Amino acid sequence: MTTPLHRYRIVQWIDYRLPIFSWSNEHLVVYPAPRNLNYWWNFGSLAGIMLVIQIVTGVVLAMHFTPHVDYAFSSTEHIMRDVEWGWLMRYLHANGASMFFVVVYIHIFRGFYYGSYKSPREILWWMGVLILFLMMGASFTGYVLPWGQMSFWAATVITNLVSAIPWIGETLVTWLWGGFSVDNPTLNRFYSLHYLLPFLLVGVVFVHLWALHHRKSNNPLGIDIKSPKDTIPFSPYYTVKDMVGLGVMLFVLGIFVFYLPNFLGESINYIKADPLVTPPHIVPEWYFLPYYAILRAVPDKLGGVIAMVASIAILFVLPWLDTCKVRSARFRPIYKQFFWIFLADCVVLGWVGANPPEGSFILIGRICTVYYFAHFLIILPLLGKFERTKPLPESIHQAVLAKKGGATSEPPAETSAAGNP
Amino acid sequence: MRARLIAMAAALGLTFAGAGLAGVAHAAGDAAELPDHDWKHTGVFGTFDRSELQRGFQVFQEVCASCHSLEFIAFRNLAEIGFSEDQIKAFAAEYEVEDGPDNEGEMFMRAARPSDYFPSPFANPQAARASNGGALPPDLSLIVKARDGGIDYLYGILTGYEEEPPEGVELAEGMSYNHYFPGHQIAMPEPLYEEAVEYGDGTEPTLEQLSHDVSVFLAWTAEPEMEIRKKTGLKVLIFIAIFTALIYIIKRRIWARLH
Amino acid sequence: MANTASESDQAAPEGEETRRDFLILAAGAMGTIGAIGVVWPLIETMNPSADVLALSSTEVDISAIEVGQSITVKWRGRPVFIRHRTQEEIDAARAVPLEDLSDAESDEARVQKSEWLILVGVCTHLGCIPLGNKLGDPRGDFGGWFCPCHGSHYDTSGRIRQGPAPDNLAVPEYEFLDDTLVRIG
Repeated sequence: MTTPLHRYRIVQWIDYRLPIFSWSNEHLVVYPAPRNLNYWWNFGSLAGIMLVIQIVTGVVLAMHFTPHVDYAFSSTEHIMRDVEWGWLMRYLHANGASMFFVVVYIHIFRGFYYGSYKSPREILWWMGVLILFLMMGASFTGYVLPWGQMSFWAATVITNLVSAIPWIGETLVTWLWGGFSVDNPTLNRFYSLHYLLPFLLVGVVFVHLWALHHRKSNNPLGIDIKSPKDTIPFSPYYTVKDMVGLGVMLFVLGIFVFYLPNFLGESINYIKADPLVTPPHIVPEWYFLPYYAILRAVPDKLGGVIAMVASIAILFVLPWLDTCKVRSARFRPIYKQFFWIFLADCVVLGWVGANPPEGSFILIGRICTVYYFAHFLIILPLLGKFERTKPLPESIHQAVLAKKGGATSEPPAETSAAGNP
Repeated sequence: MRARLIAMAAALGLTFAGAGLAGVAHAAGDAAELPDHDWKHTGVFGTFDRSELQRGFQVFQEVCASCHSLEFIAFRNLAEIGFSEDQIKAFAAEYEVEDGPDNEGEMFMRAARPSDYFPSPFANPQAARASNGGALPPDLSLIVKARDGGIDYLYGILTGYEEEPPEGVELAEGMSYNHYFPGHQIAMPEPLYEEAVEYGDGTEPTLEQLSHDVSVFLAWTAEPEMEIRKKTGLKVLIFIAIFTALIYIIKRRIWARLH
Repeated sequence: MANTASESDQAAPEGEETRRDFLILAAGAMGTIGAIGVVWPLIETMNPSADVLALSSTEVDISAIEVGQSITVKWRGRPVFIRHRTQEEIDAARAVPLEDLSDAESDEARVQKSEWLILVGVCTHLGCIPLGNKLGDPRGDFGGWFCPCHGSHYDTSGRIRQGPAPDNLAVPEYEFLDDTLVRIG
């Protein structure tokens, strides 16, 4: 392409010195995306938008919030009652955190189903796992800030996990707290970290996208892009498709924000933190429930903490545990079954996490925990050896045509765009 | 098309599965099933009834306020439930708040102004416990949001007192039996009874009516933004729905270009 | 850059094009309205909140202020000067012809009781607090207040007489509740 990319002189002038326009064009407009991405591929960009929503509403909330044990709870109520649109900002931020996790979990399970973690996307996948870790840190520190009863006791219980580390555990917890219990220094540093983590997230998201655009998106068929015919420009095709998903997501978020703003919250978090009274039922936010169930499934303090951390850290080595060369579950009939069983296992773990650790919940929790790790450590390696995969299509392009050919009459000879190599 | 719908439905499904888990967490309590009482302000279009709110305020003022604080409500907020500026000034003037220090460095009491918050009946939690047999009367501003079951639970507590505990239940000293309170032994003596308050508008002050009105008032103190929130929500959701439909049509047309 | 799959939008019939143009126009309009609808509340969150707006009055006991003395009280986070003026100060303020003033205002219009001058103690130039309330303070060339930041001189009625400040020191809303009690705001 020899003609200048941009019509306006001023744009050309800037672009010559700082190629933001060429860069945007390359990554947001002409970026060649596989032509067969389905709606499950919306969730990456939706997660990015959720991060932006969280940062924007969070910055506003930070303008009115006071990170001090005497004022945190009342300044939160001040936001709800006195700040113009403060209730909207806080409910968006609180429910936005849940929405962020919904979107990211769907994004992760999409990766599981279509094998998006496999070569050459291992580093892309690592960045994703790192994003999950950072998100968990951000949501945990954020949940502590309103200084309600659940905030306080969540902070106490979660920071006490560190005390399980032999030898230095107790020292480490005191260091984390900045005192001998969760108190003002703890609240203050959590506030600082809560403001910091989202910006680290933005940084890791950029690396995630960098790796993505370098090796290009995976797709429902899980086969590589072989020719330009397999791709379409990101814009307008996927920009408009992402916007449809965005509309649906905002609608769902809106239902919660405007009509069920406290549905996902805990009522006792509207009681100011009391360091002398632990509420009878301590439950983490829903997005932590499966890990919480794994923590409790192990009848040993240190063992439980290790199992919980391992349940996420194991994702780092997933690309090497799943040795099957075929990416997409569409061509892996047995893996497909196990995918759904695994998803169900995670949901059951969440359900167990929401319930008190007594009676059959203990047993169910343990079985599901064992299965969780067995899925990664036993089932996936064995499947890689013994599963007979279905034949892969020749190319994305042909697969799409074959599918369309059934519905509409075969189009005349492909009008190949000029300039195609 | 069908695949898309299934995908969207599944996404929604996952959302609600998550929501459901939280719901399970809520249900973990072991209190009695709450009364099924009708409220005008619940539901998508529900708004607070101003006369219920004002009567509820009267009940709060004449009964609850002798033990319970209402720390997040200022007198000026009463404008939102339909009182005039003069009425609010008059309500405020009935209370004294501490101010100061004056020129001599002394704290002094003065009549409250609309910008002041409801004074607490006790100087501190210790004083409150000392006057209430060791039990701390909780602040009521957020009580409806701070209890599982919300307003139904509150209404249940107010109407759930039983004169005699069921056979075999031994009440501790100074405790009352309440059908809806977890564990049934509650430190608060029955606060409301028929004609506990004389209503100015002629409404009959039955126990149910008094409980209903004060519950509605406390639902408002917990969520003063509720009406504007629901009204804004309706506009926003309709807007998003139309916009998304429009984008979807455009998306179909743009994608139709592809073979 | 055309290394992507073929498009056939040139081949689309005319009617199809205009219909899509209209749709895109409608979506663009809605998108703009939506964006404004999002940005507007975000901007409004930075307005003074309801509790700040409500806390707008303060009561001051002025019985202890001797003639010739001034005190400073805080109102809306800013200093308010209350000066118990001497007869000479009042006379000086009232003797000034209005045409000598850059912000012409008579002293009578600036006080309710001639011996009590009540002013917002914020220089109208760039918001510093003028000197002159304490005994040893410089009071400027006109016996009132002097702003050390950029050299504005105010007279015994708090009017700007010399220096970069454009306006007189502001008079807040106030009311004498009785002889010794004044409510500001």
